[in-house]
Amino acid sequence: MNRTILASSSDLRRRRLADRAFGALCVGFTLLGLLALPLLLVQATKEGLPWLDLQFLTSFPSRFPANAGINSALWGTVWLGGLTASIAIPIGIAAALYLEEYPRGGRLADLIEINIANLAGVPSIVYGMLGLVIFVRALALQRSLIAGALTLSLLILPVIIVASREAIRAVPRSLREAAYALGATRWQVVRDHVLPAAAPGIMTGVILAMSRALGETAPLVMIGALTFVAFTPAGPLDEFTALPVQIFNWVSRPQPQFHDLAAAAIVVLLAIILLMNAAAILVRNRAQRRRKW
Amino acid sequence: MAIPGSNGVTAELATTGPAEFLVSRSRARRWKEQFIENLLFLSAFLSVATTVAIIVVLASGALSFLEDVSLLEFLFGRRWAPLLEPRSFGVLPLLCGSFLIVVGSAVTALPTGLFIGIFLSEYASERARSLIKPALEILAGIPTVVYGYFALTFVTPSLRALLPSTDIFNAASASIAVGIMILPMVASLCDDAMRAVPRSYREAGYSVGAVKFEVAAGVVVPAALGGIAASFLLAVSRAVGESMAVTLAAGATPKLTLNPLESIQTMTAYIVQVSLGDTPVGSVEYKTIFAVGALLFGITLAMNVLSHRVLRRLERRYK
Repeated sequence: MNRTILASSSDLRRRRLADRAFGALCVGFTLLGLLALPLLLVQATKEGLPWLDLQFLTSFPSRFPANAGINSALWGTVWLGGLTASIAIPIGIAAALYLEEYPRGGRLADLIEINIANLAGVPSIVYGMLGLVIFVRALALQRSLIAGALTLSLLILPVIIVASREAIRAVPRSLREAAYALGATRWQVVRDHVLPAAAPGIMTGVILAMSRALGETAPLVMIGALTFVAFTPAGPLDEFTALPVQIFNWVSRPQPQFHDLAAAAIVVLLAIILLMNAAAILVRNRAQRRRKW
Repeated sequence: MAIPGSNGVTAELATTGPAEFLVSRSRARRWKEQFIENLLFLSAFLSVATTVAIIVVLASGALSFLEDVSLLEFLFGRRWAPLLEPRSFGVLPLLCGSFLIVVGSAVTALPTGLFIGIFLSEYASERARSLIKPALEILAGIPTVVYGYFALTFVTPSLRALLPSTDIFNAASASIAVGIMILPMVASLCDDAMRAVPRSYREAGYSVGAVKFEVAAGVVVPAALGGIAASFLLAVSRAVGESMAVTLAAGATPKLTLNPLESIQTMTAYIVQVSLGDTPVGSVEYKTIFAVGALLFGITLAMNVLSHRVLRRLERRYK
């Protein structure tokens, strides 16, 4: 009897030790994983910051690293962002509203639902091939901004739809029922009550989706955006380059100076993306504080 | 009959009479409602059209490729050289390259991600969570081309300092970068899976005298195993489809090798390589990207479907 108690107490000591070791292991792995973030940021800023000046922002690409800049890439990204936003955001929110607010049930709704989940997992390069065949070739849009924007729109639609649906689903039923009780039609309920209530959540998802679109490289490379572009686009049918494409081009060259240029462009791209992430977090936190339900 | 200060409704009411007005108004309203519903439906249906378009584009390209090259040669050929004479169209070297990247990134990301998930769901205070979660979100939002730069300018030199025989372009460097890229996804999906395990499971563990480690490893992880497996599958499928880090850091040498320190080529990197050159449309070289793309799409789709099926079954269990 005495013996078993002794045994189990030493056993307990061993178990407590294992417990502490396991906790330390979890903390260690978490720190290790999170270490990647500062490492990445420091590497890019250390190499890129010395190159980052007004001349870099306002010059066109060049064979000579000292003269090269991201003027055309930056404007390409701005255009691409604007066009993609005006195509993908309305369609994405409309699709989410249909799936949440117009429940038909049945196989078609199921099909659309499964379909969106799977589309979100399709590699971005496959969207690039789709864009190449449909927009660049079949619709003869060539290597234009609009072809790129349409491709990126298809790519981020599933992201926008999933995020918007979540936001719409979080709107309490009672809000809708109150509006229906006063005789509002379905669209009036959606437009005047569901949409405003879900707006902050939708906005958060939309900003994150857009920040993803701005960083996409593979689909743009596929549709042929890697041309040497020494002008800023003036309209949606112009040829273009974009920040991630320019970065890809510079990284893939063997000369180390071009790698530094790439680092400088990465600092600009990351600044844009991190600002958008911060905006999304801000919108979310504010909405959480103000939420009435 | 314009009465000062009246609006369109009263003016219409005055000309048509109340009964007709109500009928015509409700008809217009119903028409508008239907119109809007159709518009919303079209937006939702666009996703189905996208899938159909992807399948048609890949399948028609792949089928026209198979008119020139036999399916057996494509799937089981051991040499991939569509751009060089003598040409050869065996996809195994590209599959092998993608496989190396998957294994390398899985080794990097899956255990780390699982431990971060356990930490987040079982150990972290609310405050620690509120710091770690956004950091993971930021990590997840960093563009893939940046990971390519990181692999080439940081990971590769570090590897070569450790193992001087490493090629400049190598699978190990790219797979570490891809691993960091999929890490946030694994961590947060594992966290979700473990947080979905009911509290009562944990309490049952504690009530029989288990310490925290035993509850986490012996109760929570096994109960969340389905969700964890689903997150692993989704992450691996993303690693297969990743194209920028592998194009920049893993090389362009299709090769049947299992040595991660050598230069290789993945399916995605091959597609990027062809799109960068000026391959004439309609040539066999051009068609290869659709055959490879179809294979890539098939593999990732199978993994995604499986993973979603597992997740949906779990959702039903804990509801």
